[in-house]
Amino acid sequence: MTQVSMTVNGKSVSGEVEGRTLLVNFLRDHLSLTGTHVGCDTGQCGACMVHVDGDAVKSCNMLALEADGTEVATIEGQANADGSLNTIQQAFQDHHGLQCGFCTPGMVMTAAALLKDNPKPTEAEIRHYLEGNICRCTGYHNIVKAIMAASGQDVNAIAAE
Amino acid sequence: MYNFEFERPTTIADAVAALGGDEAQALGGGQTLIPTLKQRLAMPGKLVSLSGIPEMKGVCVNDDGAVSIGGGTPHAVVARDAAQHYPGLAALAGQIGDPAVRNRGTIGGSLANNDPSACYPAAALGSGATIVTNTREIAADDYFQGMFTTALEEGEIITEVRFPVPEAANYQKFVQPASRFALVGVFVAKYADGVRVAVTGASEEGVFRWSAAEEALSGNFTADAIKDLTVEAGGMIGDLHGSKEYRAHLVGVMTRRAVAAAA
Ligand SMILES: Cc1cc2nc3c(=O)[nH]c(=O)nc-3n(C[C@H](O)[C@H](O)[C@H](O)COP(=O)(O)OP(=O)(O)OC[C@H]3O[C@@H](n4cnc5c(N)ncnc54)[C@H](O)[C@@H]3O)c2cc1C
Repeated sequence: MTQVSMTVNGKSVSGEVEGRTLLVNFLRDHLSLTGTHVGCDTGQCGACMVHVDGDAVKSCNMLALEADGTEVATIEGQANADGSLNTIQQAFQDHHGLQCGFCTPGMVMTAAALLKDNPKPTEAEIRHYLEGNICRCTGYHNIVKAIMAASGQDVNAIAAE
Repeated sequence: MYNFEFERPTTIADAVAALGGDEAQALGGGQTLIPTLKQRLAMPGKLVSLSGIPEMKGVCVNDDGAVSIGGGTPHAVVARDAAQHYPGLAALAGQIGDPAVRNRGTIGGSLANNDPSACYPAAALGSGATIVTNTREIAADDYFQGMFTTALEEGEIITEVRFPVPEAANYQKFVQPASRFALVGVFVAKYADGVRVAVTGASEEGVFRWSAAEEALSGNFTADAIKDLTVEAGGMIGDLHGSKEYRAHLVGVMTRRAVAAAA
């Protein structure tokens, strides 16, 4: 076992992990942050998306020890300080960007990474950026709409499609 | 996943020393290796992470104009930082997988793995790049030795890849939609002394140069110059995603598209 320390959602945390412990297992099993989901466990579906030093990363495809000393952000840290939903989360609710909700934490984390780099993305840019996030129930239409709305842009063009 | 020891050195020298032991393996971005370990297809006793070595990261331009990329540089950094120096290469990096894969996966890992459908091998072979390791420099023409096979020795690590910058270049990728790898990808680069054409995703021998097209394009750099050229279907990959004949056909189509986009 090896000691690992990082900052998760602004709080310093540490724990003892094995070499093979994945970042997602550290978050879920050691820190009880179960909002980060394990979907495919092969790096394809994006349900486990978190930010590591600001970059979107699939936490099922990264070792916990690789995250030593980094700043990690998960879905649990996304809401506003008063507990209300942040702009992206609220837009997902307003535009029905989720059905079963399993992929939603990953979708929200990817959307946050996109809007940080590109505050006013086009619909095509949103769809391109979501290539690593798979949704198996609603399809992507309302998710794209929600991200468009969260960026403060008109969603009518998408709604009309 | 079987368990393993983990080391994260901060210099190339320490990484090479750590890899000297039995059953040690390098870890780049883990985008190929971690799924492989989960399937228990590999059983290293120790993983030596290359992600904490600053001298293996980043993009710079050498005195001779070539673009140097550290072996541990993630695809997303190449897509961003090489854009101004070698746009064709940066565009290729920006098409690998998805944003999260590009944030972790590295050029050294991709070239060491030499997946027959990977993108970077086409850029390295198509640019006549030099693969620099901890012990030597290997010309791309000598480096790729068939699918998943390279000139690398046990414990040897890619520290840098040097790309001579062409006058024009373009990569055309026919995406296999489930994996996001190339069903067929073609990298075309026009240098003062001739044109290079490298094809990935198509051949059972891995990435290869299409010399007939190179010859025709070196005289006349237009899509028209190769409109009658075809590659043999024999030796192409045939699987549920596409037959040998389909891939052979795509090689011609993607090469013409790449030339049209570059010219
Ligand atoms: C969902 C998904 C989609 C993808 N799509 C594409 C795509 O479209 N195109 C594409 O080209 N690739 C694609 N990939 C693969 C991706 O580019 C990988 O990042 C890459 O193949 C391996 O790089 P890595 O740094 O992750 O290496 P790792 O997975 O860490 O290592 C791979 C191998 O290389 C060795 N190695 C790593 N670094 C070095 C080094 N510096 N020197 C020597 N040996 C080293 C390791 O020991 C291991 O054997 C995809 C991957 C995923 C998960």
